[in-house]
Amino acid sequence: MYKTNDLILRTTTSLIAFILLGFAVYLLLAGHNSPGGGFVGGLMTSAAILLMYIAYGVEAVKKVLPVNFMMLIPIGLAIALGTGIGSFIFGVPFLSQTFDYYTFPLFGKIELATAMLFDLGVYFTVIGVMMTIILTIAKDQ
Amino acid sequence: MSNLAVLPIILPLVAAIILIFFNSKVHVSRALTKVFSLVGLGLTGYIMWEVINNGTIIMETGDWIAPYGIVLVVDSLAAVLVLTTNIIAVACAFYAPSAGLGEKEKYYFYPFFFFLISGVTGAFITGDLFNLFVFFEVLLMASYALIVLGGDKVQLRESLKYLLINLFSSMLFVTAIAFVYGALGTVNMAQIAQRVQEADQQGILTTVGILLFFVFATKAALFPLYYWLPKSYVVPNPVISALFGALLTKVGIYSIFRVFTLIFVHRVELTHEIFIWFAGLSMIFGIIGALSTSNIKLIVAYNIIPAIGFILLGIGVMNETAISGSVYYLIHDMVIKSALFLLVGVITYVAGTSDLKKMGGLIHTYPLLGWLLFISAFVLAGIPPFSGFIGKLLLLQGAFEGEHIMIILIGLLTSLLILYSVAKIFINAFWGDKDAMGQIKKKSTKGMVAPIVFLLSLSVIMGVGAEYFYPVADSIAAYLMDPQIYIDSVLKE
Repeated sequence: MYKTNDLILRTTTSLIAFILLGFAVYLLLAGHNSPGGGFVGGLMTSAAILLMYIAYGVEAVKKVLPVNFMMLIPIGLAIALGTGIGSFIFGVPFLSQTFDYYTFPLFGKIELATAMLFDLGVYFTVIGVMMTIILTIAKDQ
Repeated sequence: MSNLAVLPIILPLVAAIILIFFNSKVHVSRALTKVFSLVGLGLTGYIMWEVINNGTIIMETGDWIAPYGIVLVVDSLAAVLVLTTNIIAVACAFYAPSAGLGEKEKYYFYPFFFFLISGVTGAFITGDLFNLFVFFEVLLMASYALIVLGGDKVQLRESLKYLLINLFSSMLFVTAIAFVYGALGTVNMAQIAQRVQEADQQGILTTVGILLFFVFATKAALFPLYYWLPKSYVVPNPVISALFGALLTKVGIYSIFRVFTLIFVHRVELTHEIFIWFAGLSMIFGIIGALSTSNIKLIVAYNIIPAIGFILLGIGVMNETAISGSVYYLIHDMVIKSALFLLVGVITYVAGTSDLKKMGGLIHTYPLLGWLLFISAFVLAGIPPFSGFIGKLLLLQGAFEGEHIMIILIGLLTSLLILYSVAKIFINAFWGDKDAMGQIKKKSTKGMVAPIVFLLSLSVIMGVGAEYFYPVADSIAAYLMDPQIYIDSVLKE
């Protein structure tokens, strides 16, 4: 059994993982009216998490991210479906969407759309599915 | 605008998502499944009532008017099928806890059950050809998971075949939709119908129609595309087989119904004439399959194929009597097939084998099961006064009006053989000496018989009380024969 020497991988991972995660969140937030979206954002996030798994091993990442990825699937589905069901409360047709502009301190005027919430559901579902599949295969001996 | 149309799709989805959270708590899952399925039944019953009294419910998702957005159309045909789907869901939900799923119940059985119901309901309701494909995929995904649930060796083998054939036909489906969009520039069914009518269904459109027919024929297991069906339907648990047998192939035949009574109706002598022959061949080959085996599960699975043949026969003949017969037979078959699959599941469970040659004398220990099977054999074959008779009578009457004598003969002969194939189960498994199978210990069938009795009594009521059900089937047929009603109600012209 030889000892792995993955200094370069670990050093770059600690840098790249943050860039990936940041860009993933950007894609998620921009997705409803410019390139991006919940799906690709979710894929990118799982890529970042996966990179951490490769660099630091299962034990270390589990300590940092104590998340049951399987449970993200129903949570994401519930959010996505919830945005549809919201239309029942407001008495508009199913899957109707709306948006408005709000002014935030520091950020300035920002457009908030209900389509983003649907993307958020997709985002969680994709992370859940990707991580469940990859970790299941990884555990298989 | 009415959100009522989307509720039968959303309710199972909500149920499925909630049930994922309660997956490890089997008792909670069981109770919730029963509650949700009963709520679904009530809801769809109300929708049915609403549709009959106030006409088609149309919902434009996201407030995008047809043909630009996706529309959901609950017309009388969709409503009655959705109601039947939910009736079967209730029976299966009550049967499932005692179906002997064991550990498999914890492998997300109940969420997938509801995903399947949601997909099936969506396929019935949608008014958009591409959306139909999407709902096909939803129900197929759930069915892949259910068929392989637990991962026994034989299940893996059959699910591979099932997966490949369905992937292939889905691929063809998308291709056909691309052709439709390329030729007509729309995927909204009402607008497709309108444009096909304007173009007088020229050569290329008929070709696309036939391509769509083959896609749906694969899903519905018509001759010659049925070879994947029987074995893959018998490997999973009986309750899953019942769901598959009652719902999946029926979605295929429903799609043929929709497409060939609404869209491609201008070259009947070209398209529908072929259907009659496909129907006849499906009957013959299906029943030969059923007679060839002594595995009781396979006998029932093979019986799906002639039933699909009978339904297609009505579409092929394409007159009002035959179409009403098809609708009646479709509903009848959904109910009786699920009942038979569940019943055969119980028989296999109590006998410990599904091989007829090893059975005998069960009537002494389980008289109720025996008589239930006896009645269902009669219902299936179409002996008066049961529901199968009414459907077949209308179908054959329609065929007679259309002067298709040959198919009537095939149909009658097939009915006789269907009766024989199911009576064979009764004779071999239930007749005979008390200890034909040696000393068998009486097993408890608690919870398994009630859903079967529920479904069978429904079949009997549909036959005996045909006076009340026939007018509904008749009005659906009249409605289907005039595609303009559908087009006008969706496009609001």
